[in-house]
Amino acid sequence: MKKELTCIICPRGCALTVTENDGVWTATGNACPRGATYGVAEATHPTRTITTLVRVKNRVDTMLSVKTENPIAKERIPELMRLIHQTSALAPVKAGKVILEDACGSRIIATRDVE
Amino acid sequence: MIAHDIVVVGGGPAGMAAAVAAYDRGVNDVVILDREETMGGILRQCVHNGFGLHKLGRELTGPEYAAHYAAEVKKRGIRTLSETMVTSITPDLLVTATSTRGIQKIQARAVILAMGCRERARGALNICGTRPAGVYSAGTAQKLVNCEGYLVGKRVVILGSGDIGLIMARRMTLEGAKVAAVCEILPYSGGLKRNIVQCLEDYHIPLYLSTTVSEIHGNERLEGVTIAQVDENRRPKPETARFIPCDTLLLSCGLIPENELSRAAGVAIDRRTGGAAVDQFRQTSVPGIYACGNVLQVHDLVDYVSDEAEIAGRAAAARVLEEAPTGETVETEPGSGLRYVLPQRVMKTEEPVDLFLRVTRPFGKLKFVVKAGERVLATASRPVASPGEMERLRIPAGALTDGVEKIVVELEEEA
Repeated sequence: MKKELTCIICPRGCALTVTENDGVWTATGNACPRGATYGVAEATHPTRTITTLVRVKNRVDTMLSVKTENPIAKERIPELMRLIHQTSALAPVKAGKVILEDACGSRIIATRDVE
Repeated sequence: MIAHDIVVVGGGPAGMAAAVAAYDRGVNDVVILDREETMGGILRQCVHNGFGLHKLGRELTGPEYAAHYAAEVKKRGIRTLSETMVTSITPDLLVTATSTRGIQKIQARAVILAMGCRERARGALNICGTRPAGVYSAGTAQKLVNCEGYLVGKRVVILGSGDIGLIMARRMTLEGAKVAAVCEILPYSGGLKRNIVQCLEDYHIPLYLSTTVSEIHGNERLEGVTIAQVDENRRPKPETARFIPCDTLLLSCGLIPENELSRAAGVAIDRRTGGAAVDQFRQTSVPGIYACGNVLQVHDLVDYVSDEAEIAGRAAAARVLEEAPTGETVETEPGSGLRYVLPQRVMKTEEPVDLFLRVTRPFGKLKFVVKAGERVLATASRPVASPGEMERLRIPAGALTDGVEKIVVELEEEA
């Protein structure tokens, strides 16, 4: 099996070819080792870091930017967003604060301060 | 009137990095003026990640990258004046600013321009049709969604495939809107490849190349747009026109360096970049006025904005300390296939000089050749080059000798 991908690890955007031989996946076209890791992971089990927002309940028109601490499975993004949309935060918040302990396999953490 | 050694106009990533670099070079009396409530500039609304990989070795979101520099500013005790808008800068470095404190006049010994850029608006695009609500520039929509929690629409068409448009396609999708199409008038996207993959392909959002919005429909609120493929002169082909119902149109059609203050100060502007013409120290045509970040040239990556700002910050400090290098300068010129080269002039020093440039269209394998007359100063090969990704070339130390009169960067395509 063979998959053509664009590496998204850095802005260079290498064109990767990821091939399976007897259950072993290998990548070519990558300019760095991170690209090979990405290519194989993307072909077998794609993940994404999701950055998004939760509403700050006790502030007017204020959103708290958050992210998944670790990349989550790509197919679970819609499930993650349903969870996020039911979540809100209370100010004051410091960047790094855990907003959700477990959302689709990752913690959700604040990426900015709200006073 | 008060006096400060260095006045930085704009507290975004460029202004903060420039101030920090100037301080570290030995000038303590640095002040940053910004019209917003807090420092951080456009990064405050860029909640996505991908910032800092080159500069800080970590992948951060926009607010995190801004917070890193804000902490560096604070650690040094650099003064920041928020909600303060600079209204004029004179060629002799008198800066006028307004705020709730009234009008302030600050005599500087060096000024660093770091005002960033703004978006090309509908009025500049000549799109036919009515003028309903629901037409936003992508960055305005980004601010409304990310900072104020106001989802601007439910069914969206995006014109322009620059990075902000791509990022907003994903943002709107994650917030529950349907992005029906992203249209790009050029035959290729100006955005980073990673954004095409992560923002469009991941969410099955179609990208139509060589396609534009030819008409806007709706009276009170936007009801839809007509999209059409364009010919080689970028004119819509009527036989390809089709209607897409939507309540929101986002425009991501280019960024323009915000140089009203610079022009009024007498700073010469390069028509190619839309920013000041500078030397390798980022000094403009007005001695003592420096420029960096998106007000100088529109960047793709904030990491490179910080690098550029550090150059300007160090140079401004060197001037205040009366340690600035002097010497003969020569002009640079972009050859065929290149949109621009920055710096636009180079002072002959012993140090290496980095040139930044953009190509006019996507190229395959190519070689950049930096020449002075027939003499080759530097070459660099690339597997690919795209207008969306800035290139950096280095003229090695000692190459700028007496005979050099003009530097031309040429692009040679390779088979």
